[in-house]
Amino acid sequence: MTKATTKKTMQRKHVNIRFAGDSGDGMQLMGTLFANASAIKTNDLFNFADYPAEIRAPAGTVHGVSGYQLSFADHKIYTPGDKIDVLVAMNPAALKTNLADLIEHGTIIYNADNFTERDLTKAGYAENPLSNADLLKHRLFAIPMNELTLAAVKDLNLSQSQAKKCKNMLALGIVTWIFDRPLQPLVEWVQQKFHADEQLATANVTALETGYNYALATDLFTEQYTVNKADLAPGVYRKVTGNQALALGCVVAAQLSQQPVLMAGYPITPASTVLHELAQYKQYNVTTFQAEDEISAICAAIGAAYGGSLAATVTSGPGLDLKTESLGLAVMSELPLVTMVIQRAGPSTGMPTKSEQTDLLAVVYGRHGECPIPILAPATPHDCFAITLEAFRLAIKYMTPVIILSDGYLATGADAWRLPDVKSLPDLKPQFCDKPTTNFTPYQRDPHTLARPWVIPGTPGLEHRIGSLEKHNNSGNISYEPQNHHEMVNLRQQKINGIANDLPPLTLLGKDSGDILVIAWGSTYGAVTTAVTELQQTGMKVSALHLRYLYPLQKDLAAICKRFNKIFIPELNSGQLHRLLRMELFIDSIPYNQITGKPFSIAELKQRITEL
Amino acid sequence: MKTSPFATDQDVRWCPGCGDYAILANMLKVLPTLGIARENLVFISGIGCASRFPYYVNTYGFHTIHGRAPAIATGLKLTRPELSVWVVTGDGDGLSIGANHLIHLLRRNLDIKILLFNNQIYGLTKGQYSPTSAQGIVTKTSPQGSVERPLNATALALTAGATFVARCFDIDGAGLQNIIKAAAKHRGSAFIEILQNCNVFNDKTFVHLSDRQVRADRTLWLTAGEPMLYGKDKNKGLMLQNNKFSELTVAAPQDVKKLLVHQPELPDPHLALHLSQLDWPDYPVAMGILRQVDLPTYEDLIAQRAQQTRDDHPPKDLTSLLKAGTSWIVK
Ligand code: SF4
Repeated sequence: MTKATTKKTMQRKHVNIRFAGDSGDGMQLMGTLFANASAIKTNDLFNFADYPAEIRAPAGTVHGVSGYQLSFADHKIYTPGDKIDVLVAMNPAALKTNLADLIEHGTIIYNADNFTERDLTKAGYAENPLSNADLLKHRLFAIPMNELTLAAVKDLNLSQSQAKKCKNMLALGIVTWIFDRPLQPLVEWVQQKFHADEQLATANVTALETGYNYALATDLFTEQYTVNKADLAPGVYRKVTGNQALALGCVVAAQLSQQPVLMAGYPITPASTVLHELAQYKQYNVTTFQAEDEISAICAAIGAAYGGSLAATVTSGPGLDLKTESLGLAVMSELPLVTMVIQRAGPSTGMPTKSEQTDLLAVVYGRHGECPIPILAPATPHDCFAITLEAFRLAIKYMTPVIILSDGYLATGADAWRLPDVKSLPDLKPQFCDKPTTNFTPYQRDPHTLARPWVIPGTPGLEHRIGSLEKHNNSGNISYEPQNHHEMVNLRQQKINGIANDLPPLTLLGKDSGDILVIAWGSTYGAVTTAVTELQQTGMKVSALHLRYLYPLQKDLAAICKRFNKIFIPELNSGQLHRLLRMELFIDSIPYNQITGKPFSIAELKQRITEL
Repeated sequence: MKTSPFATDQDVRWCPGCGDYAILANMLKVLPTLGIARENLVFISGIGCASRFPYYVNTYGFHTIHGRAPAIATGLKLTRPELSVWVVTGDGDGLSIGANHLIHLLRRNLDIKILLFNNQIYGLTKGQYSPTSAQGIVTKTSPQGSVERPLNATALALTAGATFVARCFDIDGAGLQNIIKAAAKHRGSAFIEILQNCNVFNDKTFVHLSDRQVRADRTLWLTAGEPMLYGKDKNKGLMLQNNKFSELTVAAPQDVKKLLVHQPELPDPHLALHLSQLDWPDYPVAMGILRQVDLPTYEDLIAQRAQQTRDDHPPKDLTSLLKAGTSWIVK
């Protein structure tokens, strides 16, 4: 006990920790629990999970490494951080794949039992990296995790492999002590998690507590770190991934509209988890449909929209290509439909588990004919919720398909979400046309929104035919008349342009005029916000603007741009917003592009902006 | 046709003499007899000559894109199971570009009726061979004769697990009306292959079977519970011997006992599949309802799952719904 009292407690403002191990090592569970314990300490947090592309890569190899990164801080944070302070490596492969991300003098806590010659060979190490001088600049903590775990659970009736599996909980116990997280809630969550098997629950709790007590008692750790409560707006918070938030958005849209929701999808990385999530909400008037292909998925959603449901489909790049023709049908038949596109590295199959922002111009311009569709992009994982409600609002009000452009980084990343007051959520109740009138026609337009009426089949007296052929304005009958086509093309465009009048004004981060304006969209929000805020603190005259609406663009954008000397647009593509703004608004800008499948580093952004 | 209460004010734009007119006329005759309110009927089509159909029926109608009608109908039916949903498609629309959706709709057994107008040609694009065209057919894209073997639509539907499968000629009004009525009553996917004459690009493709002079001898009209008899004089029948069909000339009344009796309700689709593949001149072509079995519909099973979920986990209010999982309070 005297040992414990000699330990020092150190304050930290911000910690980035990454748990890495074999995909079978339970890194995601360990990370999630640690994040929850950090949430209880009311730190702000952001996490990012990195799964291997292969489902069952050979154990111990670099292809099988699964990672969970958590950033927690005593202030508001927007990204999981550029570099990691602490790496928990369960094997040499985990060390190898993550070492480059560690800060200059970082901390490595590793499972010493898994660094045998065999393990090193599997990871592709010719010699033991632990004796490398480069590694020694970090603080290394060798923990015999297998041995400690097996000893801790030896009295329980577990097989060797079951017992060994608890080592992630042992590791969790250790970091829980080091970062001064509360143990008790963790014990409860672990019990809950394994409630089906009492034996396993006991084993995991035992391993967790053993790890915690080990860290407390051992001479190895002389310091404990604590990160104070963050100064966050009061409210109820939860952690949410982007894809969870998209799914919740659909569930809540069903409640707010008092209409059923049909979500149709086809399995595709990184979009499938939206479908998985929603499949668990059947009691909320949500139907999920796993279609035979991407085209069927969007078409089923169009059929549901035609039937008066809120309808959505979710996909990623290759699926977007396949859905393109059907998006045209939704434009032509003027039906409300939300299409969620979770961008991933392309072209073609590309890098399915890696994120980029390369589908912007594809969704804005990539359809045959004149085929305008509003495009929205969430800024953070939790913003995916609000953007879904906004997409449904616009889709219903303007009778149009709407595309949500998310990406793999938002899809799998999670941040702390202050739950909205349900009374503040928008009213999504559609105004169905259900009164038979003698002169009803399917393309009679609302004079303000230019939307056509939404009639549910089954409504007596309003039987009508619609279709993909050009139709006569108003009557909806097939028409190839030249002047009518010209008018219809213009009307469809005007309807979408008019949405700009229905969008909130832009909010600037920083002064509303100055030297440099950084414009971003989508998941780069976190890195750009952090970089610009830090530069502002150094006195730089830089402001930032984040676009959640990409088509149509907000009306005040052009005027704001005029008040800055330089416009800088960092994007994870080859300059698509840069080109969009040039085409749509004649705004010239300095593009900064990175297409590595990885998010921007804050340091890099700061440097680029400083050099402008 | 304009006199039917289900006719629309649109001019019908098929080529004069097209088999589609007869199909439409029969549909317009049957619709008022089905006991389904006009507003509860929806016709959904893809692209092709057949797919103009919805414009000519005064119900709800949606003329969509090439091959996708079954998928759109699926979404509609999931949302509005109470509607009577009909898909109108063709051999190009339903068996080429949209074959995947057709197969899966049938496999799932949604309560949707599919009329596939098979004219063995692409008509609207002005005459290219289709997946059902006879091998050797000379068309604009096969000037030396097509090398492709044709697909049997009825056999495909049976293989996909359709619970109601029928085949008929466009010009067999009585037969077509009976099949449409039976399909309307059937709860589940109903697939009707209609052999339809395209008099512009593939004229008389079926005339060797459908012509009144020869039809009785070259086709077999299947009737549930009846022996498989055909021929002008009803004196020919089908037997099954050593797993092979053989023809029997009925000489004496007791010969009829040797014939197969049509049982569309058999759970095993083997015999129906076998029948669907018979072809003249070796055998008569099987017409009528080949298969009709009762299986739960997709939408019913989906509704059951939803009900089960509601019973096990009743919905919560919005605030609790959002809070689900681990939440914490910042004061
Ligand atoms: S092309 Fe053939 S199928 Fe099409 S409308 Fe003319 S006759 Fe009928």
